[in-house]
This record gives sequence, C-alpha cells and structure tokens, in this order.
Amino acid sequence: MKITMKLYASLGQHLPPNANRNEVVIDVADGISILEILDNHNVPRESCHLVLLNGVFQAPFERSESRLTEGDHLAVWPPVAGG
Amino acid sequence: MGWTGKVLRVDLTNGTSTSEPLNMEWADKYLGQRGLASKYLSEEMDPKADALGPDNKIIFATGPLTGTCASTGGRYSVITKGPLTGAIACSNSGGYWGAELKFAGWDMVIIEGQSPKPVYLTIFDDDVQIRDASEVWGKSVWEADAWVKSTHQDPMMHVAAIGVAGENKVLYSAIVNDLHRAAGRSGVGAVLGSKNLKAVGVRGTGGVSVKDFKAFMKATNDGKKVLKDNAVTGVGLPTFGTQVLMNVINESGALPTRNGRDVQFEGAKDISAEAMAEPRKSDGKPNLLTNQACFSCTIACGRISKIDEKHYTVQNKPQYWQASGGLEYEAAWALGAATGVSDLEALTYTNFICNEQGIDPISFGATVGAAMELYELGLIDKEKTGGLELVFGSTEALTTAVELTGKAEGFGKELGLGSARLTAKYGRPELAMTVKGQEFPAYDPRGVQGMGLTYATSNRGACHLRSYTVSSEIMGVPEKTDPLVTEGKAALVKAFQDATSAVDSSGLCVFTTFAWTLDDIAPQVDAAIPGDWTTEKLLEVGERIWNMERMFNNRAGFTAADDKLPERMMKDAAKTGPAKGLVSGLDKMLPEYYELRGWTPEGVPTNDTIDRLAM
Repeated sequence: MKITMKLYASLGQHLPPNANRNEVVIDVADGISILEILDNHNVPRESCHLVLLNGVFQAPFERSESRLTEGDHLAVWPPVAGG
Repeated sequence: MGWTGKVLRVDLTNGTSTSEPLNMEWADKYLGQRGLASKYLSEEMDPKADALGPDNKIIFATGPLTGTCASTGGRYSVITKGPLTGAIACSNSGGYWGAELKFAGWDMVIIEGQSPKPVYLTIFDDDVQIRDASEVWGKSVWEADAWVKSTHQDPMMHVAAIGVAGENKVLYSAIVNDLHRAAGRSGVGAVLGSKNLKAVGVRGTGGVSVKDFKAFMKATNDGKKVLKDNAVTGVGLPTFGTQVLMNVINESGALPTRNGRDVQFEGAKDISAEAMAEPRKSDGKPNLLTNQACFSCTIACGRISKIDEKHYTVQNKPQYWQASGGLEYEAAWALGAATGVSDLEALTYTNFICNEQGIDPISFGATVGAAMELYELGLIDKEKTGGLELVFGSTEALTTAVELTGKAEGFGKELGLGSARLTAKYGRPELAMTVKGQEFPAYDPRGVQGMGLTYATSNRGACHLRSYTVSSEIMGVPEKTDPLVTEGKAALVKAFQDATSAVDSSGLCVFTTFAWTLDDIAPQVDAAIPGDWTTEKLLEVGERIWNMERMFNNRAGFTAADDKLPERMMKDAAKTGPAKGLVSGLDKMLPEYYELRGWTPEGVPTNDTIDRLAM
C-alpha cells in the first residue's frame, strides 16, 4: 500500500532522494506500524518528538501499536517550537 | 541592582523632559516592563481617552533583567492605549534598543502630550533633547535610522522609529528598532505618529548593576545551560526559527487559510522553514542566510534573509537586495496562508516593506485576506482598489497592497484601517477574523481549542503571546494536551496568561519558556533586584498584572460581550484535518474561565479578587 511520509526539520536528512519539500510517497507492507516505518528509514526513535498520523498526535506508547492504512499521512518532527 | 531607579518623562506639548525616581513600591507589585508600565498607564490616564489624542500616553519600558547578561535580557515593551483596539496595548520587542536605554540610565520613558511639529528624541545618557524631525518626516524607518545616526555621527546609537505608516496613523503600524525588530501589534506606531514623534535614538555609556553579583552569575549561567541543553532552545529555534511551525500547524489542521475559510493551506510547504533553507531554483541560493540573536540572547532564533535579486518585486530596487529581517512564522502565515499566496520571495519582500515602513505583518496580512474575501464577494471592485485584482492567491495583489499601505496611498488607506473597520465599512463585519478589533495570529481556534479562549480573553485583542497554549496542545511543552477538546483549557489558559505576564515584565524573552519554568527565572530576578522573588511571587504578580489590564479595559468600556470570537469560528466547522466538523467551544470554556479568575459572570474582577491580589 502507499502512504505519505513527511520528515521535517533535522529529520529531513532521513528522507529518500526522491522526496520533494520534505514529503515522499512510499510503498509499505499492509498493517505496518509507525515505528517500523521510521526504523526502516533509520530515523532515530529518540529524535521523534512530534509524531502526527493524519494530523493526530501519536504518543510514544502508541507508535508501535498504531497501524497505517492506504493513503495515510505520517508526519514527524524532532523537538521544535515557535510562536 | 537591576534598576537604574530613574524614569524619564517627556512632555511633547510643552517640549520638556524631566527625571523622576522609579516607583519602587509599584515595582515590587508589578515587577517591570509590561506590568509596571501598565500600572503607570492605569494610574495616569483616563482609559476612555482617544488613543490618537494628546491625552494618551506611550511608555517605553524595560524590565529588571534588560541590559544584563541574563540570556535574552534585551527586551523592552511599548505600553499605551492601542488605536486598533481601544484596549490597553503592550507590544514587546527585542534587538538592542532596550538594553541601550538601560545603559543610558533609564528604566522607562513616559511620553505624553502632542508635539505641534515633527520631532525626534535623543537620549545620550542624561542628555535628553527633543529635536526637529521635519527633514526626516515622510521617510521610512530605515531612512530614519540612518539619518539619526548620521546626524549625530554615532553609529553606536540604537533607534526606534516609525515609518510613513505610523505617520499616517495606519491602525496597525509598528515601532521598529534596529531595522527589523518591532513592537508590532495594536498600532503603537500610530500613537507615536499622532504625537508627531518620529524616532527615539539612544546611546548609553553606563552599565546595569545587580543586587547580588555572585548569585546573579550563578543563576544566569544555570539558566543558560538549561537553554543550551534543551532541544528546542538549543537546536530547534536557532536552526529553523519559529517558521518550523508552518508545516506543524498545517498538518495539525489549525492553519487559518484564506481569511479563515479553510484550516489547511496547500502552499504551506513552500513558505516554511524548510523551504527557506532550500536552494532556490532561480539562483541556487537559499532564502535564509543565517540566524541572528538579540541582545544577550543565547537562543538566536531570528531569521536573516536575502531576496532573489531577479524576483519581480526587487528588480531594479537594489535597496532590497541586502540581507535583512526574514520571515518569522506569524508573518509568513499572515502574508501567506491568510491571503493564499505561496511565493516565498514575495512574502519576504512584503515582510521587508513591513519592517521598512513600520507595519505589523500579522494584522496587515489578515486585513488583506479579509479584503480579498470582500473582493471575491463583489463588495469591493477594481474601481475601489485602483485596478488591483484582489483575489486570494494573487502575489501581485499582496505586494502592491503592502506598498500602498506602507505609504497610505490609494486603497492602502482603507487597508490601513484593519479588517474590523474595513469589513464593517462594506457591511460584512462578521468577516473580520478579529477580537477587540485586533486580527488573529496563526492558529485556528477550531483546531487548537485553547487558542480560542486565549484570543477571546486577551487583554490586547487577539494575540498568541498572551497565552501560548499551542506549546502544550500541539508541541507537548510542558505536557501534551489534546488540541481538539475544551476540557481543562480554562485552567491552562489562565496558567499561561499569569506566567507570561510575569515573563513579559522581567526583561526576558517568552521563548525562554520552551525550556525554562518560573523556577529558572525567579532566581535570576531575585539576584538582580530587591524583594524576595520566588516562583510563587512571580505568579501572583502575573495574576495581578492580568487583572489590572482587564480593569483598564473595563474602565475603557469593554465588557464580557467583547470576549467573543467571529461568527465563522463558532458556526462554520473546519472542513479538513483532525478538526474537521469542529467549531470553537468558546461558550463552554469562558464561564469556567471567569470563575477560575475570580470574576463575575459579567467578566468583572470581584472585590474578593481585588483584595486577594492587593490591588
């Protein structure tokens, strides 16, 4: 299935070369978890502060349990803030 | 100690200036800067006075830590009655001007009256002069800054000035210091313009002493270590700046877009921090050159940008080829998402003009967004706009609008009214995304519920800096709360409001609070000035300040009926994202908030509250 992975700020370095403006559509196995996707792209777990699945925050304990479905958007940031 | 103990009072009507001692009793109850100057304003002027008349006062105020080596200790605030809102205004700025005022030996400058002709003020330590500004009237902030330094042959001066926008009383005109740091909101620039005061140039040769030097060095060094070790203040903010939020808030479905019609902007990724750092296709260079720090700041979140010289906005205009203040998140949102424009270079140019002419980019961008909606509804036509096709997404409309507004020419005069007055003029006041006349910043109250209550109850009109619950609701600092629910938000907003009031009164930057709590700030304040400054005392002072500002507004004629959001936020559900189907739950939060505050259901502090806070 296809999902959109978005890695922002310093995590952008873990995006594959075909990414555009920090996002890329990737093929993943059905029922894959958030952590499995991030591990597959060598994104350090400890750097994943803000993890949004279709815009909804996923707490650390949910990231191994939350399963993605076709067309989902996964967006991840290290600790950031602004205002 | 952290205070110089001196207040400079300038009477522009009579052309005099006097020195008086700082009221230390008030300083113990209201700390400094925002709190202390608001106390002076509350005591000295009638809140019903015309904000642009001679009876309004405008105060430039430092905090006890301004000018010290405490990290971010360079802040000052401008406190006055705001012409955009009619409410108490407090606009906070960084750069170097605030510290320089302290070095010159002054804690605050109270400006009153109205000069019969254009003047500027110079402060060289104790030598204070009101001088003729006719030569520089009609010039930009940037020209005024250079002119003052050149006239006095002192490049070390720091200048806070208004541009043509302030002279023409654009209701959201700003006071800009150090070329691109601004006391931006509520129209404080128009107040200077109404007083015929073009600029305040300062040069100080003294320093700032503290109460307990050893304790101060320990407390400030401890604080700096916390900022350095924190991932947000040590890495995130200096590297990516506030603009890193563009994609965060868009992904969260809380980015007000096209005057709040939508909550997500398809062009967000093109105007984000990541886009600023990416080499441009046109010339291979990134928009962002470097970051920059204000006085004594160890975070350094400021953006310094350079526009592509071949971009249509700056062709044959070399004055805009220099590196200057780049887009911060709020400006990028207002100039971009609120108007539907996603051309990063055009937004940077528009931001440069806002700095050059002294305009608040938040209110300006939001006003252009409201005007675009009026245009698309057929309520404004090309005859009104002078031929400008004012449609959402039009880059040319945005960049032309800022040029017109900066010079108060043509349709720019109407844009200078702000969105509340503009939409009312064309019979659709509900299309103004404002509270108390001031435009929203960059968070949609349907997607971040706490911000709806924040905007509705902000003492200076819609504002994110009075209670930045986004920190908790989106970023999880200090702890994560759900942005889509209303439960617990009244207490969260009150806690943020009280703590922020104290921080804004200290001389420090509120961005420290992504890492610091009041436990980190109290020892720094305590070592600098007399009085036993604890976390508890700071919180009490913060609550006292909040209530004092509220009482100023109540005396000015505001009531609970003004603590409301635009109809769109209460009736039109978000169309996309996590908040899809949601409206603001303000009606659920507001009564609980009043109760927690110790206010009547009419939003008035009770006698018990006033007594408890020893006001």
